[in-house]
Amino acid sequence: MANQPVDHGKRRFLIAATTTVGGIGAGAVAVPFVSSMLPSERAKAAGAPVEVDVSKIEPGAMITEEWRGKPVWIINLTKEMSATLNKHNDLLTDPGCDVTSQQPSYCKNATRSIKPGLVVVVGICTHLGCSPSPKLQAGGDMGAAWAGGFFCPCHGSKFDLVGRVYKGSPAPTNLVVPPYKYLSDSMLLIGDDSKGVA
Amino acid sequence: MQKHLVNLLAWVDERFPLTSNWKAHLSEYYAPKNFNFWYYFGSLAMLVLVLQIVTGIFLAMHYKPDAALAFASVEYIMRDVSWGWLIRYMHSTGASMFFIVVYLHMFRGMIYGSYRSPRELIWLFGVGIFLCLMGEAFFGYLLPWGQMSYWGAQVIINLFTTIPFIGPDVSEWLRGDYVVSDATLNRFFAFHVIALPLVLLGLVAAHIIALHEVGSNNPDGVEIKKNKDPVTHIPLDGIPFHPYYTVKDIVGVSVFLIVFSAIIFFAPEMGGYFLEANNFIPADPLKTPAHIAPVWYFTPYYSILRAVPPIFNSQFPGVAAMGLSVMVFALMPWLDRSPVKSIRYRSVTYKLWLSLFVVSFVILGYLGTVPSNVWGTFDAATSVVGGADRATIVARIFTVAYFAFFVFMPWYTKNEKTKLVPERVTG
Repeated sequence: MANQPVDHGKRRFLIAATTTVGGIGAGAVAVPFVSSMLPSERAKAAGAPVEVDVSKIEPGAMITEEWRGKPVWIINLTKEMSATLNKHNDLLTDPGCDVTSQQPSYCKNATRSIKPGLVVVVGICTHLGCSPSPKLQAGGDMGAAWAGGFFCPCHGSKFDLVGRVYKGSPAPTNLVVPPYKYLSDSMLLIGDDSKGVA
Repeated sequence: MQKHLVNLLAWVDERFPLTSNWKAHLSEYYAPKNFNFWYYFGSLAMLVLVLQIVTGIFLAMHYKPDAALAFASVEYIMRDVSWGWLIRYMHSTGASMFFIVVYLHMFRGMIYGSYRSPRELIWLFGVGIFLCLMGEAFFGYLLPWGQMSYWGAQVIINLFTTIPFIGPDVSEWLRGDYVVSDATLNRFFAFHVIALPLVLLGLVAAHIIALHEVGSNNPDGVEIKKNKDPVTHIPLDGIPFHPYYTVKDIVGVSVFLIVFSAIIFFAPEMGGYFLEANNFIPADPLKTPAHIAPVWYFTPYYSILRAVPPIFNSQFPGVAAMGLSVMVFALMPWLDRSPVKSIRYRSVTYKLWLSLFVVSFVILGYLGTVPSNVWGTFDAATSVVGGADRATIVARIFTVAYFAFFVFMPWYTKNEKTKLVPERVTG
């Protein structure tokens, strides 16, 4: 055996075959480890819809509810607030809500809501996920030109009262409107819009 | 007794290269004789690493990586564990000191050209260590589960969401949930106490092995191995690391520990720069604090992130710029074309560029700690910048300057008017 010349072709083949099989094996073993870091079955099951009574929100006020660990704002616009909405369209990135991923189709309207004046949006900035601070009143510490809306403390994104983003903000798109529906006149179900959608 | 020890050493040496390693890395490792103040920070970084590991082990004995228990367990360490407050303050202050020491260590490398051939790999391992350190700081910051922990992690993980196509899935995978939650906290704990420290130690070993292979640079940027004693082959300008530099480093260690202790005992929060006020409030997923900013050592990069406006409705350019601002250091060995290494012999042009870089770094660092409207906004009637925050425009200018230092380096260094480099090290 020792005197036989080295068969380089055979050696190359064996090295390549061993490397390939070993590499595939290592790759296959990585799958369960990488997958173990995905949301677990428990985490997936925790995303149930939440019911909210909206009858007690004063005009001009808002409440925050938790849905899938995120804040959801429900804002009861006054008539004056609603009237300001179409006055600053030229300052907005997407005034007509044309980016379809940001709201269900039944909320692609002037107040981005099923009932005009009762706005439901996820209070998570579309930039990097902070929760913007409500600055509902016009003017104030936001400057005289401020029409009321939300200001993200992290990177300074500005949104109007229905969550449409102002131009020049780091946030690229409007705040997300979650799927929701009315169970009765005052009961809202956030996270589920199956049948009975307005 | 002496004889027994000698015999024991001989017994070990036959089985493990103890004496030869001692010689190769300490008593017969010849370092240039002209090291100055800047050369303290390598050994100090080592010291802080050891401190962080030791204090970390003891903190892990009392800390609970559980979203329901984490915040209270840190308060428990502070109030009820014997000397827990000291160990925790050593660890939290150690994090900031680590970055101070490493930034100075990196700056030393920059001014004396220590990244240049043949030390490119030392530099690359160093960049790896720096990245690891940033990871450690980030993962560790979530553990107290305060408001800043929570929202900081939220923002940084969401940076990955901006990667085109795969982004949202990647960030979900990193979090292990749809929001930052218990799952995220638990895995960050694993990364912070096991995964990254192991990588860090490996990289530090590689950093030092590579250094001891090629030998240390020095403030003159002269290779001491070019002038060796013809008989002993020891560099003429070299002195053994032990005892000369071990003794020198003890001085550095002493001064460092005085400063370190002063901070721990008198200003462990450093006015909100080392431990942020909002982090003494438990994490609340429904409410972001009114002003959020990263800890000071991340603020230059954070400023760059904030400064870059979205392009084509995507925040990815800002995120990419931030990533690049850290990674770009790795390219320095190939961007610098100057015929000399040390700043002592470089041109005024180079010194101006370096100063611009330092000024940019400091200003971006400052701006990262304050809200973007800190200096108010430009009047809407102003051309070009009308309506924009003044601080944002300043951050944009210095972001450009920061990158210009690297981008134009091949040109401004290539035909530099250098001074004559001496044959041997000076003073």
